[in-house]
This record gives sequence, structure tokens and C-alpha cells, in this order.
Amino acid sequence: MNDLTNARSPAVTTASPLSPEAPVRAQVADLSFWYGKFQALHGVSMPIEDRRVTAIIGPSGCGKSTLLRCFNRIHDLYAGVRYEGAINLMPDGLNLVSRTVDPILVRLMVGMVFQKPNPFPKSIYENVASGLYVRGIRTKSEVEGRVEKALKQAAIWDEVKDRLKSPAYELSGGQQQRLCIARALAPEPKLLLLDEPTSALDPIATAKIESLIDDLAKDVTIVIVTHNMGQAARISDQTAFMHLGNLVEFGETEQIFTNPKADQTRDYVTGRYG
Amino acid sequence: MSGEADLEHAATMRLVRAKRVQDLVFGVIGILVLIVVMGLLVTLVADLLIDGVGRISPEFLTSFPSRRAAGAGVLSAWIGTTLVMLVTAAIAVPLGVGAGLYLEEYAAKNILTDAIEINVSNLAGVPSIIYGLLALGFFVYGLNLGQTVLVGGMVLALLILPIVIVATREALRAVPSGLRESAYGIGANRWQVMWSYILPSARPGILTGAIVGLSRAIGETAPIITIGALTYIAFLPPAPVSATPPWINFDWLNSPFTVMPIQMFNWISRPQAAFHVNAAATGVLLLGMTLLMNGFAIYLRYRLRRLVRT
Amino acid sequence: MSEYQALQASPFLRRGRILAAVMQALLFASAALSVLITGAIVWVLVTESLPFFTQVPIWDFLTDLQWTPVFTDAHYGILPLLSATLWAAGIAMLVATPLGLILSIYLSEFARPSVREVLKPILEMLAAVPTVVFGYFALLFLTPLAKQFIPGLEGFNLLIPGIVLGIMILPYVVSISEDAMRAVPMALREAAFGLGMSRVQMAFSVIIPGAFSGVTAAYLLGFSRAVGETMVVAIAAGQNPNLTGDPREGAATITAYIVQMSLGDLPHGSLVYSTIFAVGLVLFVITLIFNLLGFFLRRRFREAY
Repeated sequence: MNDLTNARSPAVTTASPLSPEAPVRAQVADLSFWYGKFQALHGVSMPIEDRRVTAIIGPSGCGKSTLLRCFNRIHDLYAGVRYEGAINLMPDGLNLVSRTVDPILVRLMVGMVFQKPNPFPKSIYENVASGLYVRGIRTKSEVEGRVEKALKQAAIWDEVKDRLKSPAYELSGGQQQRLCIARALAPEPKLLLLDEPTSALDPIATAKIESLIDDLAKDVTIVIVTHNMGQAARISDQTAFMHLGNLVEFGETEQIFTNPKADQTRDYVTGRYG
Repeated sequence: MSGEADLEHAATMRLVRAKRVQDLVFGVIGILVLIVVMGLLVTLVADLLIDGVGRISPEFLTSFPSRRAAGAGVLSAWIGTTLVMLVTAAIAVPLGVGAGLYLEEYAAKNILTDAIEINVSNLAGVPSIIYGLLALGFFVYGLNLGQTVLVGGMVLALLILPIVIVATREALRAVPSGLRESAYGIGANRWQVMWSYILPSARPGILTGAIVGLSRAIGETAPIITIGALTYIAFLPPAPVSATPPWINFDWLNSPFTVMPIQMFNWISRPQAAFHVNAAATGVLLLGMTLLMNGFAIYLRYRLRRLVRT
Repeated sequence: MSEYQALQASPFLRRGRILAAVMQALLFASAALSVLITGAIVWVLVTESLPFFTQVPIWDFLTDLQWTPVFTDAHYGILPLLSATLWAAGIAMLVATPLGLILSIYLSEFARPSVREVLKPILEMLAAVPTVVFGYFALLFLTPLAKQFIPGLEGFNLLIPGIVLGIMILPYVVSISEDAMRAVPMALREAAFGLGMSRVQMAFSVIIPGAFSGVTAAYLLGFSRAVGETMVVAIAAGQNPNLTGDPREGAATITAYIVQMSLGDLPHGSLVYSTIFAVGLVLFVITLIFNLLGFFLRRRFREAY
């Protein structure tokens, strides 16, 4: 764990892995990221534990979304971006941000849900099946089975089972977001990334998604970015606090919120700034 | 004191009134210009209708051109126009959409892309008759294709290519970037993203551009004259479908042809007034086709805008 | 084998990668084709007019006052064709400039959005009218009508087709200059109103200067269109090369000459055949210059806001 304590590593870090019984699903190791000349991430290192929820919090512009978007290389759609360091996906230690790794294959293994619900302008069924189609899964029975399973996992099956062929746009915002979660779950991703998934939703829809995330953590490894500290406290097992592209503190969620080690973290979680 | 304030107030009111009058006068001038321009359009349509609409009859649509004005018709012209438009659409739409897609979604910002962009914008401004010269020198004589439906369709396709490219790019720019990110997010490769998500979203916009382009091509006369296609055509190209295998044949591509605007020009150039009536009738049909196509395009765009708003 | 390696080896995904690569190449080819078209235009115009320029000294071509290529006493001076072209395009600009300015200011600053929604499609309809129909209108309606008011107006003349050309390029000019005017930031308008300007004062002292390069581009591009327009002048301005200072007379423009020659049987490779490419080259160069000027002005304008 030398790379966690080098010059650019977080100011305060607890020993890692945090709980020996929880294996690490991915290891962020000294990850830096540039948009052109602007360095948006400075040597971030942290573990992502298997089948637990890791929250990334921090004031806007701190780099939390930038960090999340490194996990599935969505940054690669834009010109002039550059990664340094690694996100090693366990157990083989594949570096997701390596130049020799195909970003499309990375996205096949890492699912993502965006801030605004963005279902495709297709039917509910087609939306969930789309992630299977790009993998070449086309057998009708298999697709149907996996669509149903994903919709059930995303706790939306009962609401849509009678209208799978209707356009996804007819769903409410909260339903659309759960559909997007089902879409990401259908191909059984190694990691599920959630980028402020409830920021565009009302409190009731938000509560549904939060309890869904809680249930999902039994089977799926989740990384969630949120600006809502209450949400991070409620649903995550680990929390990373970021500021100005640096990982300031990383630890068990309870510890971060009740007994933060860094002053900046305390100021933020107690609402002094942000 | 109060007298001075009153004076000042009166002066301000005068100024305000003067400004209001200025605006009113300009508004009236604007509306007058609009009325004049629209009046011209209405006059043009009315003139054509008065001269030509009485001449339009089933016989007019099913007769070949003839030396006798009263017996002449536009059969070969409208069939020629239809076939040429088929070729034009088949060439211009895929090429134009492809080029637009490349420039908007694939091309890196570099000198080559810049050169292509300048070039497309310049092509849009090249006079249509220059395309005719290109076709005459390159297709007709260079490649020895002759004055055929294929050559006519190709030259009009080149002519409207910039229109289709520009419309495609505008339609692509209107696709929300969230769709792009979520499509890449499920692990689709670039072509899958384009084909399954981006292009379907941009389809109404692209369609609008293609229709506007084709309506421009349908009325184009100069390049067709230039390739030397202004001849007396009193026969039809071979039918594209036949009763015997292989059912589809492409001989019509190599057939000589005439089109509606050429037929109209031909009749305008005759000294006898009876032919001018034929020209007006052809003009009515031509105008009807283009206005219908443009009206459809405008309607599509209007519906599209409403869809985006909701 | 790790999942990544399995995905790498998947035949389905490999086929997808190949298809994506092939499509990218095809899309690039269609974009590059536009460059080839320009190249082909230049190549055809130059090679096909080469026989002309080897036989006719370029000095004669540019200074001879007569254009009589099919006479036994052949002269090859482009000036008569060029002057008719510039007459027609110049008259078109005289019509389109004031009308275009008024219409674009009206549409961008005065008309309510609902009014604009109706007016713009009407302008587009005007732009959609086939040029041959405009030619018919100029020759068989407007000219006979104008003859009653303008003494000495010939049956074929430059005046009426010039005016019709002006109306034809109007929608195009208005659409570009209105876009430019609407791109002027709202804050400038608010500042002008804050100074107590009337709408008219605001339009002339803020909007037009603010959109100047965009509006200028519109007129440059419009002029280029008028110069290259063919059917109206070919039909209504006559086909007789005539170096004249009187727009009431008919005179063949460059485009009308090309049409006239194409109507007859042009033996491929003859000197007459190469004349249409020679005058076509001149036309292409003129429009190219105006198009490029317009393009760069427009781009500079877009970058400014």
C-alpha cells in the first residue's frame, strides 16, 4: 500500500482494505486526470470494496463526477483528456484507464446511471435490452429473462410489466431513473456507477431510489456521487470526501460523518461550506 | 419652478412620442415591404394559374411533347423527373448524411476538417450551371456516359449535396448530448451509437433537409441543359420493373430523358403563344410539386420543434 | 481467462469493431468526396478551356469589346458577357439590399415570435420557386407590364430580370442577415433601450453595427448567387452579347451564353465547345471569391459572439 502514502495521496487515510472480510473490487491508485491543460484530479487513491456502496462527496467542482466518469472512460468521448495512474479492476488487476485498454470493453463491464434520467427514445423493453444487444445477446428467451430480472432488481417490474412495449418517455422521472438503473444492471456489470442519480427527482422518487440502492448492494458493487450528504450518510458504507481534485479523506461512512480526521471534512459535513 | 418642470416634462413627452412615431413608421415600412414581396409571390402564382391551369388535363399528363401545342403533354417530362429524382435521392442522401455525420461526430478539429468545412460551404455557393459544366466535361465526355437519367441524377445529387450535409449537421447538433453519453455508456461502439441512437433522433431534421434539397433539384434547369439533355423526347425510358425475371432492371439509368423544368423552358422559348400556355401549365405542376415538398418540410420542422419543446 | 480477455476475443464484438471501422472509413470518404468535387470542377474547367486559351490570347479575352465566337469574324472578348452579368447582379443588389435590410430588421427586432413563425415559411416558399418559373414570370408577365411605364424597354432587357433576381435572392439574404442580427447579445439591446433609444435607433446604432460582418456576408453571398443565376437571365435578358450601358436593352450574361451554346449541338473538342468552359471558369472564380469572403466574414462574426 505504498502508493497510498506517497506525496500526492490523500491528506488523511485510514488503513486499507478497511475490513478484511470485504474483498476489494477495484483499486484506484494514484489517479490523475487532465482536461487539456487543466488538472482535475490529483493522485487519487482509494479502494472500492466488493458489494458495498462507496459514496464520493464534496463541494461542486471538487472532481467527484470527474473521478466517477474515469471508471467507465466516458471522458474518452471528448478530445484532449489524459489519465495518469490506474484504476485496477480486481481480481485480475486490469487497469481501466490504461491507454491499451479498449474503453468500449470497459463500458461493457462497468454500468453507469447519469444525473438526468436519460432513457433511450424506445420502448421500456428495448431500453433494458439495449445493453444486452451490444453484447450480442439476442436470443429472445434469454433477453426476456434478463430484462425481467433487471426490472425486478431495479424495483420497477410491477409498475411496467403490463406495458413493456410502451415508450420509456411515458414514465415519470423517478420511474425513468429506475429504468436507467435496470438498463445498467441487465448485463450484470462488475461495477455500477451512479452520478447524482436523484438530483433531478422529487423526495418520494428519491426515497425509492435510495432504498433500491440499499437492496442492490447485496449483489452489486456501487459507486455513487452525491451532493446530498444525508444521502451519502444513509446509503453508503464507505465515503470519500474530495476537494479541488484531491481526495481529502476516505473511510467508513460512519467515521467520516461522526469523527472526521481532516478539518476540511468536518467543515464540509457539518455544513460550514459546500 | 413648476413651470420649468412642466416644460421639461413636455419636452420629454415630445421625445417619447417622436420615438414612438419612429418605431411605428418603421413597422409600417416593414409590413409594406412584406406585402410587396408577398404580393409578387401571389401575382406569380396567380399569373401561372390563369395562364396554365385550364390546360392541365389527363391528356396533358399522358401525352408526349408534340409540334402541335394543343396535343402536346408532359408525360415524358414527369416520368423523367421522377426517375432522375430517384437517382438524386439515392446518391445525395447517403453521401450527404455520411459527410454530415463524419464532420459533426467523427472529425477531430484540425486543418483537414477545416478545409472540408470551407469546401462544403463553398460548394453550396457554386452556381448550378458550373455543376452542369462539370457533368458535361466529366460524366458525359470524360466517362462517356452520355446524356442519361444516371448523369442527370448524379449532377443534381452533387448540386444538393451541400444542402443535405448542412441539414444533417444541424439535425445532429440538436440531438441532446445526454443521449450520446448514455448510448456510449452501455458499451456501444461508435457506429452502433450513430446507427441505433443518434441517427434515429436526428431523422426528422435530416428528412426535412433532404426534402428541401430534392425540391431544389426538381426545379433545377441549368445543369440539365448544360449536359445537352434538351432534346425532343417522345418515348419513355425502359420500365424499372418487368414481368419476367429478374423483375428489376436498370436500363432506364442509361436512357435519354427530359424533365419538367426543361420541358417548360423549351415551351417558353417558342414564339407561339399556344406553347406559352403549355409552359404555364407545366409551371403550375412544377410549382405545385416544389411548394408541396417545402410545405411538408416546414410542417415536419414545426412538429419537430413542438416535440422538442414538450 | 478474465472477462476483459473474453470480451476481447468475442467474435460478435470483433465483427462490431470491424463494421465500425469500415463505416468510419466510408463516412470519411463521403466527407472527402466534397473536396474531390471541388477538385473535379477546377480540373474540368481548366482542362476543357485550355484549347481556348492556347488559341485566344488572354489579353484579347479580357479586353476585346466583342463576343462573337460563332461568326466568321470571331471575337472572343468576355467584356460584353461580363458587363451584362454585372448589370443584372447589380440591379438585383439594388433591389435586395434595401428590401433585405428592412425585412431582416423587421423580422429580428419588430415582429412578434408568432408573426415570425408565419413569415419565415412564406419567405422559404419564395426561395423554393423554381428559377425557370421566375423566368417565365419575368419574360411573359413583368416585362409586358413594365413596357407600359418604361419607354424604350425592349422585350429582352436587363432591368426586369435584374429586379426578379433581386427578389429571388431576397429570402437567402434575409435569412442570413436575420440570423446575424438575432445573434447580437440581448444585453446590447437592453443597454440601448436603457439609454432611451427607440427601437429604430437601437436597430441602426446597435444591431446593424453589431451584426455588420454577418450582414455584409449575407450580401456578398447574395451577390455571388445573383451572378451565377442562370434561367431568369437566359429566358428574359436575351441571348445577344451586347456591351451596353442601358439596362433597358437585352444582353446575354455569362450563364445565358452557356445555356445558349448548350442548346445547340456542341461538337466535343471544338473551339466553341471550349468557350463555355472558359467563361465558366471566369464565373467560377468570381463566385469563389465572393463565397470565400462571405464564408470568412460569417465565421468571424460567429466567433465574435
